[in-house]
Amino acid sequence: MSEEKTKSKDEVQLVVFSVGTEEYGLEVSQVQEIIRLLPITRVPRAAAFIEGVINLRGNVIPVVNLHYRLGLEQRKDTDQTRIIITEVQGISVGLIVDQVLEVLYLSRSALEPPASAGSVNDAAFIKGIGKLHERLILLLDLESLLYLNEAEAVS
Amino acid sequence: MDVSQYMDLFLAEAKEHLDSLNENLLALEKEPGDMRVLNEIFRSAHTLKGMAATMGFEGITELTHEIESALMLLKEGKVSVTPEVVDVLFRCLDTLDMMIENITEQGEQSYNYQPLLEDLRKLDNMRGEQPPAYPQQGEQQGEARQDQPMEFNEYEISVMHAAAKSRYSSYYIKIGLAPGTVMKSVRAFMVFRALEDYGQIIKCQPPAQDLEEEKFDDSFEIVFLTQEPAAKIYQSLEKIAEVSVLSLQPIDADRLGGDDSNRIEAAHPEKTEMPEKPASQGAAQHDSAGGAAIRTVRVDIGRLDNLMNLVGELVINKTRLEQIGLNHRITDLLEAIEQMGRLTTDLQNLVMKVRMVPIKQVFNRFPRMVRDLARELNKDVRFVMEGQETELDRTVIDEIGDPLIHLIRNALDHGIEQPEERIKAGKEKTALLRLAARHDGNNVIIVVEDDGRGIDIEKIRRKAIEKGLLTGKEGEYTDESEILKVIFQPGFSTAEAVTDVSGRGVGMDVVRSKIESLNGNIAIETKRNAGTKVIISLPLTLAIIEALLVGVGGEQYAIPLSSIDETTFILPEQIKTVKNQEVMVLRGTVLPLLRLDRLLDIPSDNKGNGELFVVVVRKGERRVGLVVDLLVGQQEIVIKSLGQLLTGIRGIAGATILGNGQVSLILDVNSLV
Repeated sequence: MSEEKTKSKDEVQLVVFSVGTEEYGLEVSQVQEIIRLLPITRVPRAAAFIEGVINLRGNVIPVVNLHYRLGLEQRKDTDQTRIIITEVQGISVGLIVDQVLEVLYLSRSALEPPASAGSVNDAAFIKGIGKLHERLILLLDLESLLYLNEAEAVS
Repeated sequence: MDVSQYMDLFLAEAKEHLDSLNENLLALEKEPGDMRVLNEIFRSAHTLKGMAATMGFEGITELTHEIESALMLLKEGKVSVTPEVVDVLFRCLDTLDMMIENITEQGEQSYNYQPLLEDLRKLDNMRGEQPPAYPQQGEQQGEARQDQPMEFNEYEISVMHAAAKSRYSSYYIKIGLAPGTVMKSVRAFMVFRALEDYGQIIKCQPPAQDLEEEKFDDSFEIVFLTQEPAAKIYQSLEKIAEVSVLSLQPIDADRLGGDDSNRIEAAHPEKTEMPEKPASQGAAQHDSAGGAAIRTVRVDIGRLDNLMNLVGELVINKTRLEQIGLNHRITDLLEAIEQMGRLTTDLQNLVMKVRMVPIKQVFNRFPRMVRDLARELNKDVRFVMEGQETELDRTVIDEIGDPLIHLIRNALDHGIEQPEERIKAGKEKTALLRLAARHDGNNVIIVVEDDGRGIDIEKIRRKAIEKGLLTGKEGEYTDESEILKVIFQPGFSTAEAVTDVSGRGVGMDVVRSKIESLNGNIAIETKRNAGTKVIISLPLTLAIIEALLVGVGGEQYAIPLSSIDETTFILPEQIKTVKNQEVMVLRGTVLPLLRLDRLLDIPSDNKGNGELFVVVVRKGERRVGLVVDLLVGQQEIVIKSLGQLLTGIRGIAGATILGNGQVSLILDVNSLV
């Protein structure tokens, strides 16, 4: 316990998952739980990246189609598909991911701002890029991911 | 004493006292001679002062002290109750309200109330200018009663005799509390606790229940039986903080009369004939039986919401069990579920009732508002409120205040004429403004009605055309009831000049959308020179509703039963097209049809050859047929919010969870069609 505490100062603990071919990470503090895919009710007239809503033990929670939001090819649901329930500013939202890979510590010094990434087209939703040996982990910025700009909401 | 822990209590109680002060002051203005009301005001102000002093809020204490002095002048009849005096007092109350509102963790904010103090002191100069308006009987009576010695009934006297036989002495104790003590009932309780260590309390005045509910001023009296010496009792009582013993005297049971013939036979000390423990309670209950006090518990609204949610879950699970029973045709199970169904319905009704609050909570602030506005606008208005006891769900109550304020302001500003104008029009000088609430089935109807000049339909017609809300042609042909609906459109206001009160062009459309967001309806009736009547209809509760489940594109949607007129079906070839709009003929009238799948932009299952199901819904006066793939059935549903991320989607009112655990969306017919 005390070890974790000292670690947390210069390290972040991430939940790492894959969407499409890339690896993404979310800070553990933003993750409430990880569940298997549940039946999703679509919500007409909602923003296009909202896949729908699910019933999580009596609470109705919106679920985001991350593939769509990140501009990746269409998702294929498999046995590994999971919904990560996150919490941002008191709002619970589910993110559909292809696979949850691991929970790991990453030194803050291994985190770089997204600008240096260059080719990444979804930079708007990325708040940092973590380097771990040969792997690149894209740190998702939930706020900008969910706070839809109006133009997109209409389409 | 650290008082921070009492902060919430203080704020809540101060608010209550202010409310009661406002209410009673209004009553006093109407009935200036009513001593009872004046005493009530005095008492509230006094308590408020005490509370503030205990908490160390000097500003509030000083202001209330001055208010008290001013009230004293009224009470003594040295100054009579005029609107000017009441105005000053109201301003003081407003300031107090502000001061209390602004109290923070750091304590009181400084606030300049000096001008008010001067106004209050000016009242003092008015003394003698008017003769005393009324005699002072009420007060004297009150005083006299206070000083009356305690009276004992036969039972109590016999108890004291019996006690004397067992070498118990009876004492009369008068306990005083320091002025402004908070939580008086706790002090009383501590006194009781201390005494019960030494003997028995056989009577207290006021009765125990009143003490518990803090229905007493600063003192109470007790009759106490004990074998301990008086000094010891005295000491133990004096130890309690903020409590002082005003009087402690032995009572001579013999002098009280009654049967003392076998007094000498007090020969069985071991078999003490002491009254059993309930004596004190017995006496208290006896005393309060006539009062029939209402026993209440204050509950945090959050807990009630949780309870409501749990009951909601229970309803969902019951529905689920029902489906299982039906699917597997298990008769025993179905019977048991039926039983459970009755229980959940009862439970649901009960919880709903618990969440109900009288609309009085909202209405309360209006008399004051109407009075102030009427004075400001120089209008003479009699304000009548009816049905204040009508109960509504808490969530509705919280939302309904603002729209009502708006409607009342409108009526005062636009509807009601100046007195001279009324007289010219051959009306009574005093206008009538009526606010009424009543139950009507599962709805509550609220009416705001005035007998003012009514709405000028022609003016609205002109204005609507001018603002482009109606085209010239439309404007000419549209009938009155249609024209009235224009009022509810955004950006419409007829007030010639923007006043402080209303006429800024935001208004009725906001009122309407608020009411509609509560699943309610609003309508206007008006008659030239006779007045205007706004009728609001609201559902009793927002939490659980009856809905029809329909299937579209493989998913189920819930349509609130309250907006459905009927369901019917139609063959595709019976659909006709008028001006690109699909219609059907239903019992001779033309009904526009809307395909729900197209409306929601979702794929439909329907191949287009079989029968089509039509749900006839109502939006205001208009009826529309919604074409759906499937009618699933009628069901009770629990409304859940879609959350912040998905608010404001037109056509969707919320979500519910079906018996199979799936989420189903609730359609909002009003914004959908």
